[in-house]
Amino acid sequence: MRSIQYEAPATVDEAVARLAEAGDKARPLAGGTDLIVQMRSRLISPEVIVDVKNIPELLQVSEEGGGFRVGAAVPGAVLGENEAVVAMWPGVVEAFELIGSTQIQGRASLGGNLCNGSPAADSTPAMIAAGVTCEIAGPNGRREAPVEDLVTAPGETSLGRGELVVSFFLPPRPARTGDAYLRFIPRTEMDIAVVGVGVCVTLDDGGTCTGARVGLGAVAPRPLLVPAAADALVGTRLDDGAMANLAAAASAACNPIDDKRGTKTYRIKVAGVLARRAAGIASERARSN
Amino acid sequence: MSDSASGFKWVGTRPVRPDGLDKVTGRANFGADFTMPGMLVGRILRSPHAHARVAGIDASAALAVPGVKAVVTAEDFPEIPDGDLMVGEGPMNFRDLSCNVMARGKVLYDGHPVAAVAATSRAAAEEALDRIRVDYEVLPHVVDVLEAMEPGAPLLHENLFTEGVDPKPDRPSNVASRVEFSLGDVEAGFAEADVVVEGEYTTEAVHQGYIEPHAAVASVGEDGHCTVWCSSQGQFMVRAYCAKLLGVENSRIRVIPSEIGGGFGGKTTIYVEPVALALSRKAGRPVKIVMDRDEVFRATGPTSSTHVKVRIGATKDGRITAGDTELRYQAGAFSGSPVQLGCMTAFAPYHLDHVRAVGYDVVVNRPKCAAYRAPGAPMAAFGVESALDELAGKLGMDPLELRLANAAREGTKAAYGPRFRQIGYVETVEAALAHEHYRAALGPNQGRGVASGFWFNIGGQSSAAVHVNEDGTAVVVDPNPDIGGSRASMAIMAAEVLGIDYDRVRPIVPDTSSIPYSDMTGGSRVTFAVGMAVVEAAKQVVEELRSRAAKVWDVDVDGVVWENGEARPASSNVGEFEPLSLAALAEGSAKTGGPISGQATINARGAGPGFGTHVCDVEVDPDTGRVTVLRYTAVQDVGRAIHPSYVEGQLQGGAAQGIGWALNEEYVYSEAGTLENPGFLDYRVPVASDLPMIDTVLVEVPNPRHPYGVRGVGEVPIIPPLAAVANAIRHACGTRMNHLPASPPRLLAALDAAKLPEAAD
Ligand SMILES: Cc1cc2nc3c(=O)[nH]c(=O)nc-3n(C[C@H](O)[C@H](O)[C@H](O)COP(=O)(O)OP(=O)(O)OC[C@H]3O[C@@H](n4cnc5c(N)ncnc54)[C@H](O)[C@@H]3O)c2cc1C
Repeated sequence: MRSIQYEAPATVDEAVARLAEAGDKARPLAGGTDLIVQMRSRLISPEVIVDVKNIPELLQVSEEGGGFRVGAAVPGAVLGENEAVVAMWPGVVEAFELIGSTQIQGRASLGGNLCNGSPAADSTPAMIAAGVTCEIAGPNGRREAPVEDLVTAPGETSLGRGELVVSFFLPPRPARTGDAYLRFIPRTEMDIAVVGVGVCVTLDDGGTCTGARVGLGAVAPRPLLVPAAADALVGTRLDDGAMANLAAAASAACNPIDDKRGTKTYRIKVAGVLARRAAGIASERARSN
Repeated sequence: MSDSASGFKWVGTRPVRPDGLDKVTGRANFGADFTMPGMLVGRILRSPHAHARVAGIDASAALAVPGVKAVVTAEDFPEIPDGDLMVGEGPMNFRDLSCNVMARGKVLYDGHPVAAVAATSRAAAEEALDRIRVDYEVLPHVVDVLEAMEPGAPLLHENLFTEGVDPKPDRPSNVASRVEFSLGDVEAGFAEADVVVEGEYTTEAVHQGYIEPHAAVASVGEDGHCTVWCSSQGQFMVRAYCAKLLGVENSRIRVIPSEIGGGFGGKTTIYVEPVALALSRKAGRPVKIVMDRDEVFRATGPTSSTHVKVRIGATKDGRITAGDTELRYQAGAFSGSPVQLGCMTAFAPYHLDHVRAVGYDVVVNRPKCAAYRAPGAPMAAFGVESALDELAGKLGMDPLELRLANAAREGTKAAYGPRFRQIGYVETVEAALAHEHYRAALGPNQGRGVASGFWFNIGGQSSAAVHVNEDGTAVVVDPNPDIGGSRASMAIMAAEVLGIDYDRVRPIVPDTSSIPYSDMTGGSRVTFAVGMAVVEAAKQVVEELRSRAAKVWDVDVDGVVWENGEARPASSNVGEFEPLSLAALAEGSAKTGGPISGQATINARGAGPGFGTHVCDVEVDPDTGRVTVLRYTAVQDVGRAIHPSYVEGQLQGGAAQGIGWALNEEYVYSEAGTLENPGFLDYRVPVASDLPMIDTVLVEVPNPRHPYGVRGVGEVPIIPPLAAVANAIRHACGTRMNHLPASPPRLLAALDAAKLPEAAD
């Protein structure tokens, strides 16, 4: 009968060593709200579990270069109480806090949400829109990568053997910049996004958009950064025409599937609707910054 | 505490339920909580196919797994001949039941059990399941009710010939039966009509969604005597059904009920109990089986998906001249959908001279349907109540006024046969009309819908005992598993009769050998029928107490009255005696004839039918198709509320389930006929934040045939919501959803389709 080896290293190096040794048979464990559910439903059966919740670096939130460094295993409940982070990147935090319920929030992490590789992960499009990068530790040392480069296909990431996401860097927020995240679910909570949209906009003093990033979730095999949607906003005053172009570009970027959670047509249309609504919230926030 | 207006001390009050504290502190024992020394874990192997012939099962590799003690298949159950047998509750086809519990020869749906394993650990049992080799010959399948009725459809049962048609068909089909109920002459009724509305309505299969999965521990002794601990809606049902499936006598099985974490009709049959028994019999050790959630969804009682045609005719001034409906309900893999009840309830709230309902019971490759709260009625009401809303629109009449103008009243003859006695339908419509909610302002994209519903409510065979303890407290033995707070109501009624405090009465739910037979908890019957038995048993206790006091005083028993919990002389002629309390009589019972107790067995008749009328406000997001329920009021004639909080809870729970049915709940099947959403993530019952507080209005038109006026209340409230929500959506956005659930993708597609002609202009 199967047995499972559980490791609880106290340092990144040890964790990387354990993961590198066991390769495909090992999985990092953060909050376990994806991993344990998948094990219980016999979708995966790892032989080595490397719990990363004892590594201080993965549990820290600290200021860095005018932005924030957030440990990959920091739970949603902790980040949600950090007023400085909430004030700077409300869209990222609100996306993170949408995950699950109070109980899930006590465990779930940004690292787990991203590395689980779901195209529908809520925090991912928000992090993409905010320009968040991740620091990755591996057998050959550390590297930095933009969030949009992590997920390659459903359940798959660009992480190599033994690699672990250590932290996320939330960059300093430029002046007159705001971010927002909206998802569509048929219920009000406890659901998986049918469409998720993160938008970040920067305005000049006159209210013209000088920069934008748009992230889309649940509408393609992986979360997307959509430059065409951003282009629809840059140079405009975010008038109705620009918003309609944004919606059209967001819809055009979709490559969804028909499934039990929503039809293709539905996802394509609602991606445009939510992009427009999220851009509205983001620009309100940008104006008040 | 006393309600002086009603003259009752306890009836109508809201004391804490006897089972409440144990439940909220996690101490209550549910089906999965029982363990025994040496107990094995049972797991069930289920078909991955919608329809296949089982050419062979090879369990040798499974038996070789260390820790595996037994494997059972259909071979381990006696083969039962086709046909219905009478048991306590009524007729039952035990061949179908047996084949549903363990497939014989053919698997008929994704999730159909084919074998089971008992092992010393779950891991060993699961490894063994993986090693059982089943040789399947996959057959074409059908899951849609209309497709299953087509002549060339894949056939589930070669021996199924449609009943209720003349001449009897000479070829088998998936249509198990045709039923018809009618009154007057519908075509003559339509000839009188100025306005006719017609529509087709479909609903998807929905699950009862109880939180507690099916669970049982079974232990078969060396002498063949069996004990079962399980969660069900009736321990006597479990006993009778297991006895038939295993081929043993009732007296060899004792069933001990646990607390039940929801049933809603889904626990009125058996699934894991006989399998645990067969495994225990073979392994010689106790066996526990607890279903996983996906097993609950794949293999236990959803209710039918349906197709309903409705035609209603009326005069210009709003008198309905004719109502006609055709209902097609899928039953799952074995016949027995609730289509007949759909036919009987469809037009029951209305006084119609010309009415007809025709129903078809159709088998498909899905799990066998089980009862679900007001079985069959919500889907029929969805059609009829939606059509009435259309009719009101065409007539320019208020939809509640239209219902009032055609309401069933005392003396109305229902299409299904009886003439109503005192009923409170009119009162529910009047209360809804008078409610402030009905006149509240609505904003943009918001709309209001109304709908009504009818349920028979039943009585049935019931037993109860009341025992007086030596210290003057009392035990009420209530044989029915308590799923809605019935123990509180039983204690209230007993306290009222005995004249002692509610807190001094402790109700318990006993095992099958401790009390005479009682029908299941279902049909909204328990507070009415078992309540009658409790009242009768308590009255016997009072009679006994009077005779004991008469003995003490040495007077004739007629000279003793029972008032306020004590025996008193009926008048000064009897003599001057200090009153004797129940406690005093209990303490002295050894000297007056021994322990004091009463026991009643009855077949309760006269369950008063129930009616409800609901008002629902929604807002539709025109860009995403999301529907938000803003406000909801459920009005119902409840006869008399023994414990009003639990009556309100029934109305709220029924409305919540109906709203889920209307908006997001549905079984989703793949092309291969496998269930795509066997879990609460993608089978979307409403979560708390999805619903507003459901307001309730209890209309009390007492049932003259119950000592306290009780009518059943549990089922009516799930009937109106489907149409109330759909009608509200129609008024919010102009689009009528003929197909439920009105999930966002479906509603957005309908909204966009409705816009197309506009865009073309
Ligand atoms: C009831 C419930 C509701 C949910 N609701 C939502 C929701 O609304 N939105 C949503 O997006 N998700 C939801 N989820 C999914 C889940 O909670 C989130 O994806 C969560 O963020 C996962 O974080 P975790 O720390 O629990 O990850 P874990 O389960 O610990 O890990 C997830 C995966 O990532 C890997 N991993 C974890 N940390 C690292 C790391 N540092 N480096 C590399 N790989 C790593 C693990 O090996 C595993 O494969 C829900 C889950 C449940 C059970």
